[in-house]
Amino acid sequence: MTALGYNFGYLDENTKRMIRRALLKAVAVPGHQVPFGAREMPLPYGWGTGGIAVTASVIGAGDRLKVIDQGADDTTNAVSIRHFFAKVTGVGTTERTGEATIIQTRHRIPETRLREGQILVYQVPMPEPLFRLEPRVAETKRMHALADYGLMHVKLYEDIARHGHVAISYNYPVLVGGRYLMSPSPIPAFDNPKMDRMPALQLFGAGREKRIYAVPPYTSVTSLDFEDHPFQPVRADAPCALCGSRESYLDEVVVDDKGGRMFVCSDTDYCATRQTQREAAE
Amino acid sequence: MNGLTPGFADPVPDAQACFRALLEAMARPGRVERLAALPEAPAPLAPAAAAVLLTLADAETPVWTDAGPVAEDWLRFHAGCPLVAEPGLAGFLLATGGLPALAALEAGTEEEPHRSATLIVQVAGLELGGGWRLTGPGIEREHRLQVEGLPRGFLADWAANGARFPRGIDLVLCAGNRLAALPRTTRIEEAG
Ligand SMILES: [Zn+2]
Repeated sequence: MTALGYNFGYLDENTKRMIRRALLKAVAVPGHQVPFGAREMPLPYGWGTGGIAVTASVIGAGDRLKVIDQGADDTTNAVSIRHFFAKVTGVGTTERTGEATIIQTRHRIPETRLREGQILVYQVPMPEPLFRLEPRVAETKRMHALADYGLMHVKLYEDIARHGHVAISYNYPVLVGGRYLMSPSPIPAFDNPKMDRMPALQLFGAGREKRIYAVPPYTSVTSLDFEDHPFQPVRADAPCALCGSRESYLDEVVVDDKGGRMFVCSDTDYCATRQTQREAAE
Repeated sequence: MNGLTPGFADPVPDAQACFRALLEAMARPGRVERLAALPEAPAPLAPAAAAVLLTLADAETPVWTDAGPVAEDWLRFHAGCPLVAEPGLAGFLLATGGLPALAALEAGTEEEPHRSATLIVQVAGLELGGGWRLTGPGIEREHRLQVEGLPRGFLADWAANGARFPRGIDLVLCAGNRLAALPRTTRIEEAG
């Protein structure tokens, strides 16, 4: 995979400046999608180009970068992005959530509560929360302008009528600052409550659609629901087989070729830290 | 262009550091950020205000300023930005004397509220604590900020700016090597 275009290296200063301007406006209008210029990114889409563009525009020599994919630091995608930034910026990297100043993520929010001084950068495949319901971009822009989200409420209500609950387990739509409907990216709905009033700054980059959006610290992020059907984040009803956590989000993994399965934390740093603490306590 | 004072000593890291301070300031309205790497901007430009424009302005962003011809030459040369005479046409504005009327600046549209101006204002003083009580996104409970040198009537204009959300301008306040930001979402109360 050396042909991924890593030799393009860092973004040029003009591109960074354009993305930086978009980021500041995104922070000023929480949850609103800001388009950024048409320049091509040095990676194929699907590899987190939007997140990479944001991280590359934000990162500096004093940062420590953590990259996770589905909660894990050691998957191919996470390792590639971490190596990419180590090579083109020389910054230190870490797998420890608490030590990172920038965390680029795909599909999860770390279990460890994030703090001020940290920036969480989400890789976003599709920034428009309404795109399955309304394919016309001009029409979705109009809906955001008017905060007219009836279409989404109808969809959720139909889910409840049909299934007795909202049948969305990933990318569950949220309302930011009581105003903008936003895609949280394909994180499990279980993670949605972590976005609400998070002390860290949350930045979202969509490479293919070339959109950036943001949630400032301590900003309300609510999952859409109904009074008689309140939002309920779901988690497998089991402890982690490795660290015993009953709070973390779990992945079901196949452990042998006979179909044996077990539940383990999807957040590898959280799980490893708990295992170490347990061993030290014994 | 001989005779112009230098811009950033080390443009790539200096612009990055300035941007991070701006991002932090915009994300946590009223927090005062101190810039370490500053350009040698000509008077009357405050070093922080000059750094903000070097970081954000370029050929794609029309700039308006009241700072006079020496400052305009400096900005044209180091940022490469076009300068405009009409405040309403600018993407970035730098006010060193009075304030242009906020209502006359580009506020974006309901569909594209990001196409709005950012107004950089040089103020006489900028201190944490006292003065204003700030609330809104980015603020856990409240931030306190003391600003000196804004015209009387500013708070009413700011409230009017916030009332047209999501449209509206965003503000960066600069004094010496320090800056603080007020995105359009920040509510300000005078707290005695
Ligand atoms: Zn575990």
